[in-house]
Amino acid sequence: MISLSQVGKRYPGGYDVLRNISFTVQPGEMVAVTGHSGAGKSTLLKLIAAIERPTRGSVVVNGQNTSKLRASAIPYLRRNFGLVFQDHKLLFERTVFENVVLPLQITGYERKESGKRVRAALDKVGLLDKEKTYPITLSGGEQQRLCIARAIVNRPAILLADEPTGNLDAAYASDIMGLFKSFNQVGVTVIIASHDNAMLLRLNPRLLRLDHGELAS
Amino acid sequence: MKYWLAHHVQSMRLALRRLRQNPFASLLNISVIGIAISLPSGLYALLRNLESLSGQIGGEPQISLFLGTQATPADVAQIQLRLKNNPSVRNFQFVPRDKALRELQRSTGIGDVVQSLTQNPLPDAFIIHAKNSSADALEALRNEISSWPNAAHVQLDSLWAQRLDALLRLGKLIILLLAMLLSFALVAVTFNTIRLQILTQRDEIEVAKLIGATGRFIRRPFLYIGTLQGLAGGAVAWVIVAGSIEVLNKALADLARLYSINFQLNHLDMKDSAILILFSAWLGWLGAWLSVSRHLRQIEPR
Repeated sequence: MISLSQVGKRYPGGYDVLRNISFTVQPGEMVAVTGHSGAGKSTLLKLIAAIERPTRGSVVVNGQNTSKLRASAIPYLRRNFGLVFQDHKLLFERTVFENVVLPLQITGYERKESGKRVRAALDKVGLLDKEKTYPITLSGGEQQRLCIARAIVNRPAILLADEPTGNLDAAYASDIMGLFKSFNQVGVTVIIASHDNAMLLRLNPRLLRLDHGELAS
Repeated sequence: MKYWLAHHVQSMRLALRRLRQNPFASLLNISVIGIAISLPSGLYALLRNLESLSGQIGGEPQISLFLGTQATPADVAQIQLRLKNNPSVRNFQFVPRDKALRELQRSTGIGDVVQSLTQNPLPDAFIIHAKNSSADALEALRNEISSWPNAAHVQLDSLWAQRLDALLRLGKLIILLLAMLLSFALVAVTFNTIRLQILTQRDEIEVAKLIGATGRFIRRPFLYIGTLQGLAGGAVAWVIVAGSIEVLNKALADLARLYSINFQLNHLDMKDSAILILFSAWLGWLGAWLSVSRHLRQIEPR
């Protein structure tokens, strides 16, 4: 499903963030990318979602090499993913409902059908009663759950989460991790990048440990 | 197809919402566009009126041949024969002196004066159209006719109409240049408006790109903003032109009454109005398109 072979990423100035990374993720796997901050976890996820392109090697998603995709094909590749960000990337001038419906509008769902799906997603993360409020009124944990609802509303095959519990206290964090576990149980491939080893281990994932840009285990 | 249509509706709603979000800025933009467009289109409307005026009088040059007042019917017949046989005359029309007097009485406001005349001061006349209406050919024909017996006075009419025609052409050229300059200004105004819009929507564009929005999806609302602004600007321009003509007509009515003539400015016709508004909308779209193609690429998620 996702396969990286000898991937390297060098930023302008000659700094190597990632070196010689190779691994494959099978459908339905739960993968955790760990490592100290600056080890290249975020960059690795960005390479998978084609937000960045590798400078060496190849990243293949569903049989498509991201380096060889035309710019116009990138949006369609990204629709395979649900993306969860540490900083949520919510739109604050839109309501909770409008934030979650955005991916459906992009892929062209009918209004009625998309309304049902949005409510199902909000229900799953426990925000159904907040659909008409604005994200600014939500707590940090709720904002993260809103971000997750937006990521899953399209029922993507792959969920990519970059430090999803970065700013949250322990209770919220385990809450969020529980959500990821439940998605994985219904067959979604989940890749989480986090420095919080203890939290990750509870998910019982396959571990990919990054150390100064190289795969350690 | 259904999705495509739904997204257009959705984009238009979004565009309307964004225009409403900054009502003051939107209104200013629309007014700027409207005023810029009303200038050339107002001048164009005036020009069209002048054109129709010169059209009424007849743009084709003609030669008037006035006979001496003592000319007999035999003299008239002789002139008629000469005209018929002249190869450079296309057609001609005889205006007897009685008819000329009646027309004079009817057409101008000096009927009373004419009535008080004891005898008809007008001569018999011919109105002649030449086959070749170039200035040289007309001049040659005029000279030839002047040499005929009983030709008291030969006059090249409507030369002024030709001059008016040339002036109108010049006016059209000036309006065209003006329209081109102002169109450019309008595109620039829209370009900048959309640039600002894109900058304020930066987060939204970034998120949309992250969750798989195509370029077209992101572009569309901005194109609608530009087009709607142009459309509204065109409508404002139309209102300005129509209002000005209305005001001018009121003033003209007084003037026309004093000169006892009937003259009124016509409004822009349906076709010209539609062209005005659609062209303005198109310019708005163009400005938005240029801006979007230039600026959206710079916003990539990181």
